[in-house]
Amino acid sequence: MAPVTVMQRVVKPTTRRGKRILMNKQPKLIENVKQTLFIKGKNTSEIARNCLKDLHQLKKPEAVHLNQKNEILPFEDVTPIERFGKKHDASLFAFASHNKKRPHNIVLGRMFDDQLLDMIELGVEQFKSLSEFKNEKVAAGIKPCLLFAGPQFHEQSILKRVQNLFVDFFQRENVDAVRLQGLEHVLMFTVDDSGEKIYMRSYKILLKKSGQKSPRVELEEIGPSIDFKLRRTKLASDDLFSRSCKQQYCMEPHNTKNINYDKFGTRMGRIHIAKQDINKLQTRKMKGLKKSVAEKKQQREQRKSKSTGIQSVKT
Amino acid sequence: MDLVAAAFEKIEKEKEKYKPITVTKLIDLDYYPGNLLAIDTNELDKNQLKSNTEKYLLNLARDNTQLLLNKIWELPAEKQEEAVVVKLPKQNNYVLPREKHIPKPRPLTKWEAFAKEKGLQKKKKVKVTWDDILKKWVPVHGFKKAVSEKDKNWLIEVPQNADPYEDQFEKKATAKKERVAKNEFSRLRNIAASHNIKVPNMGILTSDKLSSTELKTAEGVAKLSTASLGKFQPRLRKEKENVKQKNIPGVQKRKIMVVPAAVEKASNLEILDGILNKKPKLDVDKAVNKQIFVEQQQRAQEKKNEKPKGKGKRKGHAKGGGAGGGAGAKGGGSKGKKSAMIASKIGKVKGKRKHGGSAGGKKVGKRYSGGGKRR
Repeated sequence: MAPVTVMQRVVKPTTRRGKRILMNKQPKLIENVKQTLFIKGKNTSEIARNCLKDLHQLKKPEAVHLNQKNEILPFEDVTPIERFGKKHDASLFAFASHNKKRPHNIVLGRMFDDQLLDMIELGVEQFKSLSEFKNEKVAAGIKPCLLFAGPQFHEQSILKRVQNLFVDFFQRENVDAVRLQGLEHVLMFTVDDSGEKIYMRSYKILLKKSGQKSPRVELEEIGPSIDFKLRRTKLASDDLFSRSCKQQYCMEPHNTKNINYDKFGTRMGRIHIAKQDINKLQTRKMKGLKKSVAEKKQQREQRKSKSTGIQSVKT
Repeated sequence: MDLVAAAFEKIEKEKEKYKPITVTKLIDLDYYPGNLLAIDTNELDKNQLKSNTEKYLLNLARDNTQLLLNKIWELPAEKQEEAVVVKLPKQNNYVLPREKHIPKPRPLTKWEAFAKEKGLQKKKKVKVTWDDILKKWVPVHGFKKAVSEKDKNWLIEVPQNADPYEDQFEKKATAKKERVAKNEFSRLRNIAASHNIKVPNMGILTSDKLSSTELKTAEGVAKLSTASLGKFQPRLRKEKENVKQKNIPGVQKRKIMVVPAAVEKASNLEILDGILNKKPKLDVDKAVNKQIFVEQQQRAQEKKNEKPKGKGKRKGHAKGGGAGGGAGAKGGGSKGKKSAMIASKIGKVKGKRKHGGSAGGKKVGKRYSGGGKRR
C-alpha cells in the first residue's frame, strides 16, 4: 500500500503585526543590527554572572538577557542555543557557566542562518566590574572604538578569528557617519605572547585641546576590566566562513517616494486628494440664512421634476 | 624676515603648552575607520605587561586611540545641527560575516516558467468594459463586477440538452468555487516548490516512515474512497469505527442528531430499568458450548476408565492375530490411536489452562474471558 499522509498547509500569519515580524526575520540585503542573547548555564559563579551582566550593559539596546537557568553545554550540544537564537532573531550569544574543571566560564559565539558559526570559550581570571569604577560612564548605546594589540592576533589563525568575533560582538550598528564629540568609548583587547591570555579593557575618551585640528586624547578606565583565558574553540570551516562573509554589491537602498525632510529634519509626506467642493462646505449656521418652508418646497419639487423629466413652472 | 621668524616661534611656543598628538610606532597600525577599528601588530613589552599591567595597557590604549582619532579627524567633515559630523568610508571595511544569507530572487511559478519558455508576453488588459445589457461600464474585477453579475443574471436559460431540474445557479456557483480552489491550490504548490517541499498532484504526501495515526488516516482514506463513501464497506470482526475522522481530509465531523425529548426519556428509562432490575442474561451460545464441553469431558472420563480393559483386549487381539490378521489389526490400531489422541488433546488443554503457561493455553483462557465480558 502506498503510504499516505495529509498534506501540510502553508500557514499564513493571521495578523498584520505577525506578518511584519515574520518579514523582518527574513534574510535581507541590508541586514538588521545583530541582536545578542545572554544566557546563564545551570551553575554559575558570581564572577561569571557579573561578567555576563556587564557585557549585557555594554550591548544593551541590542541585547536580550534571559533570566532563567538553562541546562546547556554549548560544546556538547549547541542546538538549544540555536533554537533560542531563532526565536529571538539573535545571531550573537554569550553564555555563562561555572564548574570545577572550567571555573568562571564565558562562551561567546555567533550564528549564520540560525546555525552556529564560531564559538569560543573564555575563562575569567581577573574581573573588575563597571560598578567598581566610581566614575562617570559613557552614554548607553554608543558605538565604541575598537583596538586590538599584540602580534599574536595577526599571526595565529585561531586568534585571527577570535579577533573577528570580538569585532562582530562589540562593534554594534554599521553607521554612515559619526559625530566627532560622540566618540566617547574605547574597548581594547590585548593578547600576550603565549596567545592564551586576552586582556579586555574599557576606557572613556577625554578630548583635550592640542592647538591643532585633531585633539589630544586622554583615557579614563570605566570598566569592565577582564582578563580572559582562551579555552576551547569551535570555529567554522574556512569554506563556511567565506560563504557567510559574501557581500552583495550595489546595495543602494530603494529610494522612498512621496517622503522628504525639511531643514529641521521634520518628516513630510505628500498625499493626493481630490479637489474640494466649496459649494458643499459647511460654514457658520445662522437663522437668517436658513431656508424657509416655501424655499424648501420649491427645491423638493425641482428635484422631483428632474427625476421624472417633467417640467413644472410655478407661477 | 624677523617678523616671520617671530611668528613661527610664537606658534611653536603655543604648541609646547599642549601635550603632543603624535605617536611613533615601529609598524603602522591597520585602520578601519568605517568600523572605528585599529589593529596594532607591534611587539608588546613583555616585562611591562607582566609587572605593570594596568598602566602599560592604559598607555598603549591611549597611543592607539590617539592614532585612530587622528585618522578619523582627517576624514571629510560637515556641520549638522550644530555638531561636526564625519562621514565614514564605505569601502575597505573590516569584513564580518552576515547574519543570514543573501536573499535569493523568488523562483518562477509554473506558469511563469512556461510563459518564459514559450515566449508569451504579458498583455495589458482593460479594466472596465461596456455592458450592453446593463448599459453601463462594468469593471473586470472587484465587488462592482459581482454586483453587476447579480443584476444581469437574475435569469439563466436552461441549455437544450441539460437536465431541466438541474439548478443552473448552483451549477454556476460551484464551478466558480472550483476555479477559485484550483487557483489557491496551485498558488500553494508554487510556494511549496519554492521551498523544495515535495507535493503530489492529489493533495496527499508520500513518505517512507509512517506513525500509527498516519497509518490509521491512510486506512480511513482508503475506506472512504468508494462511490458510497465507504457506507457498504465490509468490516473486520472486531474492528472499531475509525473514530479520528477529523484526520481525514475533506471529511466533516458528523453532527449529533437532535433527539426528541420523548425518545430520549424512553431510552434513559430503559437504561435505568436495566440497572435496577438486573437479571442474569441467557447467552444461548455460551450455554450450549458449556454443555458440549461438559459432555466431552464426561465422555473422555468414561473412556479413560474403560481404557485399561479395552487396551488389554486390543493388545491381546493384535498379538493373537500375529502376522496373519494384518488388515484387522491395522483397523483396530488406527481406531485406538484416534481416541487416544483426542484424550490427550483434552488433557493438554486442561493442563495448560490450569497452569496458564504457554500461548495456546492463554488463547483458550482469553476466549472464555471474552465470553464473560459479553455477559
